[in-house]
Amino acid sequence: MYKIGIIGDRDSVLGFMALGFAVHEIQNGEDAGKKISELVKSGEYAVIFITEDLALVTEEERAKYKDMPLPAITVIPSSKGSRGYGMANIKSAVERAVGADILFKDSE
Amino acid sequence: MAEIRVNPTRMEMKKLQSRYTTARRGHKLLKDKRDELMKQFLEVVREDKALRERVEKALELYYKGFSVASASANPKMLEESLICPKKEGKLEVTYKNMMSVTVPEFSYSEAESEEAAAQSFNYGLAFTSGDLDVSLRELGGILEDLVRMAELEKQAQLLAEEIEKTRRRVNALEYIMMPQYLAAIKTIKMKLDENERGNTTRLMKVKDMMLEEQRRAGKEVQEEEEE
Repeated sequence: MYKIGIIGDRDSVLGFMALGFAVHEIQNGEDAGKKISELVKSGEYAVIFITEDLALVTEEERAKYKDMPLPAITVIPSSKGSRGYGMANIKSAVERAVGADILFKDSE
Repeated sequence: MAEIRVNPTRMEMKKLQSRYTTARRGHKLLKDKRDELMKQFLEVVREDKALRERVEKALELYYKGFSVASASANPKMLEESLICPKKEGKLEVTYKNMMSVTVPEFSYSEAESEEAAAQSFNYGLAFTSGDLDVSLRELGGILEDLVRMAELEKQAQLLAEEIEKTRRRVNALEYIMMPQYLAAIKTIKMKLDENERGNTTRLMKVKDMMLEEQRRAGKEVQEEEEE
């Protein structure tokens, strides 16, 4: 059995406590990077959600675990609202696979 | 293009020909694999995109509600009321084989204790605002979508990696290996043909020379007889 973790600022993640997520309150990017590595290495987490703001500054760490089957590190918008970074991730996966962006070009 | 340097012998040509056939079969198989991977990948990505749009919208609503609730509550009290979850989520992970890519599948189930099930929230209603209840219920509603989204995004990442690899292999076979083999086979064939022609002309020349010699020898014999 695995845990679901969430990394983000206080306002964004507090409510997830009530759902039984393992909440990790992080303010700055450096700590977030360390936290990601720590959670992945512990092996207890299958899913780690991370808020967009922190995802932007921890690209390096996330890239390391991108091609591993577990855990899934998924970007969610923070309490400041979505800046479309999660969508950009899907887009980059499409570009990587297909070589061109074929899903999003109509919407722009 | 760098050519393969080989000895122009029939043996080598045979070897190259069989390698070419193998390469062609491999190329066809990999191409099929790439197409099927692409099909499955696009299915996953389309669903993921729709799901993300929905989830992001729902999360935005939730954040709005929650910030109202947290503004009207004492921060300590708020944390206290959230800290013991009513639901204990169980996340099981199984692995699925998608075109020989191992991808995880998450299944989320809630195990509620009987005592907890009796209450609708994990905190007393007396000291918290109604906004909190509403926003938390909203969040609970998208929980499954969140897990599904994580699953789909992971699958998309893994499939994308595999497609990239397969595409490289297909291209390497199609544009480098197979033309190289063909070129090498052609070179050997031309060399062999050239040798063959050289041999024929040599034989013809030798035959001519022998005939000439015979003719001359015959002449000499005649002359002797005449004498």
